[in-house]
Amino acid sequence: MVRTADVVVIGGGIHGCSTALHLALRGLKPILIEKDYAGRHASGVNAGGVRQLARDLQEIPLSISSMDIWECIEALVGDDCGFEAHGTVLVAESEAELAGFRERVDDLNLRGFGHEELIDAAELRRLVPAVSDRCPGGVVSRRDGAADPFRTTQAFRRRAVEKGAEVVEGVTVTGLFRSGANWRVETSAGVFEAPKVVNAAGAWADRIAAMLGEPVPLAVVAPMLMVTSRLPAFIKPVVILRGRKLSFKQLGNGTVVIGGGHLATPWRDSNETVLDWQKLAVSARTVWELFPAMHAATVVRAWAGIEAYMPDGIPVVGRSSTSEGVFHQFGFSTHGFQLGPGTGAVMAELVATGSTNTPIDGLGIERFLKK
Amino acid sequence: MTAAADLASSYELVVIGGGPAGLAAASLAARAGVSTALFDENPGVGGQIYRAITSTPVKDRAVLGEDYWDGAALADEAKASGALIVNGATVWSLDRQRLVGVSIGGKARVIEAGRVIIATGSQERPFPIPGWTLPGVMTVGAAQTVLKAQGLVVCERTVLAGSGPLLWLLAAQTLRAGGKIDAILDTTPRRNWLQAAVHLPDFALSPYFAKGLALLREVRARVPVHRVDRIEAVGADRVREVVFSSAGGTRRLPVDLLLLHQGVVPNVNLANAAGVTHVWNDRQLCFVPVLDADFGSSVPGIAVAGDGAGIAGGTAAAERGRIAAIAAVRALKPDAVVPDTQAIRQRLQREEMGRAFLDWLNRPADGFRMPEGETIACRCEEVTAQQVRETARMGCEGPNQMKAFLRCGMGPCQGRLCGLTVTELIAEERKATPDEVGYYRLRPPVKPITLAELASLPISEAERKAVER
Amino acid sequence: MFKRLAEKGPAIAITVDGKTVNAHAGDTVAAALLAAGIDHCRTTPVTGAPRAPYCLMGVCFDCLVTVDGVGSRQGCLIPVREGMKVETQLGRREAGR
Ligand SMILES: Cc1cc2nc3c(=O)[nH]c(=O)nc-3n(C[C@H](O)[C@@H](O)[C@H](O)COP(=O)(O)OP(=O)(O)OC[C@H]3O[C@@H](n4cnc5c(N)ncnc54)[C@H](O)[C@@H]3O)c2cc1C
Ligand SMILES: Cc1cc2nc3c(=O)[nH]c(=O)nc-3n(C[C@H](O)[C@H](O)[C@H](O)COP(=O)(O)OP(=O)(O)OC[C@H]3O[C@@H](n4cnc5c(N)ncnc54)[C@H](O)[C@@H]3O)c2cc1C
Ligand code: FES
Repeated sequence: MVRTADVVVIGGGIHGCSTALHLALRGLKPILIEKDYAGRHASGVNAGGVRQLARDLQEIPLSISSMDIWECIEALVGDDCGFEAHGTVLVAESEAELAGFRERVDDLNLRGFGHEELIDAAELRRLVPAVSDRCPGGVVSRRDGAADPFRTTQAFRRRAVEKGAEVVEGVTVTGLFRSGANWRVETSAGVFEAPKVVNAAGAWADRIAAMLGEPVPLAVVAPMLMVTSRLPAFIKPVVILRGRKLSFKQLGNGTVVIGGGHLATPWRDSNETVLDWQKLAVSARTVWELFPAMHAATVVRAWAGIEAYMPDGIPVVGRSSTSEGVFHQFGFSTHGFQLGPGTGAVMAELVATGSTNTPIDGLGIERFLKK
Repeated sequence: MTAAADLASSYELVVIGGGPAGLAAASLAARAGVSTALFDENPGVGGQIYRAITSTPVKDRAVLGEDYWDGAALADEAKASGALIVNGATVWSLDRQRLVGVSIGGKARVIEAGRVIIATGSQERPFPIPGWTLPGVMTVGAAQTVLKAQGLVVCERTVLAGSGPLLWLLAAQTLRAGGKIDAILDTTPRRNWLQAAVHLPDFALSPYFAKGLALLREVRARVPVHRVDRIEAVGADRVREVVFSSAGGTRRLPVDLLLLHQGVVPNVNLANAAGVTHVWNDRQLCFVPVLDADFGSSVPGIAVAGDGAGIAGGTAAAERGRIAAIAAVRALKPDAVVPDTQAIRQRLQREEMGRAFLDWLNRPADGFRMPEGETIACRCEEVTAQQVRETARMGCEGPNQMKAFLRCGMGPCQGRLCGLTVTELIAEERKATPDEVGYYRLRPPVKPITLAELASLPISEAERKAVER
Repeated sequence: MFKRLAEKGPAIAITVDGKTVNAHAGDTVAAALLAAGIDHCRTTPVTGAPRAPYCLMGVCFDCLVTVDGVGSRQGCLIPVREGMKVETQLGRREAGR
């Protein structure tokens, strides 16, 4: 039996779930197909950083529209998603680094973006008293914060279902074929048909694109995180570094999540990752130097998530270049959690109306296709 | 004492765990000329059954019994074999590339292994009754450990509760050591005898039959035994009373110490984190690794031997260790001389004969595995059975999703004392099998390490170059 | 709760929350606390409930104590050493201090 819908969304990460919800809110009937369960991959295991800070110019519009949603997330999905906004602080470790940050902030201001703000040593110390005192300043984005990634993805999934979407889990999309006005979506559990398809398959999205004759240079990466036992509260904002790879935040329950982009080895066919302890040790040493309060913390768990990385570090969002009715939404290059709410809204608008006012021109898949 | 810095960067074989399985495996491999390192996190070798075999202050051999002293030969043999044996060495990570993360004396190393034998043994099955987190409530195994290793024997008012051979053994050892036990609360469901009875002929042939009967007789002669269906530990700051009931009514006893035990289950954390496939074993009511005839796991080069491969007891553990070691030696050094596995397999078979009887007899009742209401399921994060059940009813399908809702399994014990409970509770609520529900996906470090330990990992060549550049 | 079979033994002095406790060679920190009749060693970070060693084999993590300044160590796996400073973790989170 062939099951039909208005849109088939492939992938139950934050992006697929958000798009499904926004499609349903527009009165369409989407079916979301997920090979494992919603939030099993990057969207459920990421660091939860909701940051506008330090984004590529091309994604700032999506980031800002997402931020507007994050700030009233409970109204949209019926769950506060654990979102708390204590800002993100990019710490400069030297005067030279701070000078570079100043240029970036000035440039953003000229372009009319005011979310990044340069701060001096005194303000840095006020925001992050625990940071080591040799740091001369940094940049803050005050509306930023962090949320609980699995809870967020599940909340989007749940609300999408409440609004009329259907979510099929444990089912893998294996083929995409044109069938009259429809797309015929073959899966491990039968066939689905819909006039529109959204490819939100995360680190597997290149395989879907390949089915459409659009090979993309997607790299499968696995950023690592580790979390400590509970510590007394000592830091509110999320802290990130530029020169050395570090992102650092304390959750409400006292545990501290340490990340920053060191990579594990991914095995995307078996959903496995193998951690690189040498690199986690580098993070441990960086934390050690920067945060004396952490000197005897214990690491209780480390893990990695499987994620898509594009050569230019920004996602693919927009129409397929070969296949009418298919849309891409993948390649979030280790910072797509924050982008989920807004990108889903933009994608639903694009699918439903054929266009969007949010500028996403620089994010099309054409940029990777050989002329 | 071997320090972290003294370790080589790689060994042909790394054995994790120094109980009978690990000791037997390491000695066999080392004698066959394989460079072998054995890591055990305890201060001495012996594992659970032969805990402190080289250092126990209990000199009267009758107290712990002759089966205990059998361990001395294994420990001597391992010491003489040339294997590097490191105690106080906690393995906190193992992956499919066979990199072994180990901490010794506050310093960490990651070393390479040509082959790995996981011999991390068993742990006592969670026993989630009301009040089981109160000070003064411990496991039977805990009392046995301090008896063997430190010569501490229970005194004051002590009650043992549960089922399984270890409970009766510790009771006998305690009595022989001059300790007193006020009562034993036997939780073995009566109908277990029916299921077990068909396996009695096999068990009657096993060496455990006569020993088991003698133990029961020895203990029953001196301790009152009550059959019970429900147990509760009561007290505010510590346990003061144990309340128990059966068809005959409810009774209470004042206690200083309540010792719980309902069998042992494989210690799956390290194997699970290394990616080894596990399946549910319905007879033993636990997850066991999927293994081939040589105890090789689903991950190439990694074997699981001993009770970690499914519970079969200490003697079987040693034989399993030997079989796994022979396979490792054959893979590493095809020309090495190794013992014939045929004879070992026969001995192993004899050991495993009576297992079905013991498993069916000692299968804990549902009520002692799948608690209700406010009884704590996850000790670390203090999650109650009720919360797990409600979350499952709301649609949460597995333990990994449950973590995100309740944080169960996310504390320092990493699910060791709630994993089976949570799986079975979800299965019961969702009318699914434990296999369908699955187990926690465990993440390294399988034992927490301090940030200082992690920071102490020797700096790799690549990193040093990056800094110098 | 427990008594020693052999009262004599090579004595090792440690301090627990500043008070001297006489342990024996071969004791782990958790065993020394039990032998000294100290029956809880920490409170939980979630509700503040008291906890004491439960398994003594390294699986339950209820024996967590601070040893020589390093927090949340498994008392049942660490042998005592002369002069060792042990602090119970009562009334605070699993602080790494
Ligand atoms: C508390 C307890 C007491 C027991 N007492 C008896 C008894 O008296 N008689 C009896 O017949 N059976 C007893 N058993 C049953 C036990 O399972 C035996 O059958 C036997 O000890 C199993 O041997 P093994 O080699 O498989 O593992 P074990 O003997 O359990 O040895 C495993 C070893 O691995 C070490 N280890 C575990 N994880 C790590 C890690 N990550 N890093 C480094 N080392 C690690 C442990 O410290 C341990 O020493 C007991 C079980 C338990 C849990
Ligand atoms: C460790 C880590 C930390 C991170 N930290 C942050 C952070 O702090 N802030 C931030 O903004 N971002 C962060 N990110 C990035 C962020 O998590 C991702 O960019 C984002 O979650 C991507 O969402 P997605 O929906 O595109 O992909 P995914 O979450 O990977 O979802 C894609 C889904 O598609 C499914 N799928 C694939 N192929 C098929 C198929 N053929 N059929 C059916 N289903 C299929 C997969 O099973 C998967 O569930 C982090 C990522 C990681 C790994
Ligand atoms: S007492 Fe259980 S881990 Fe130490």
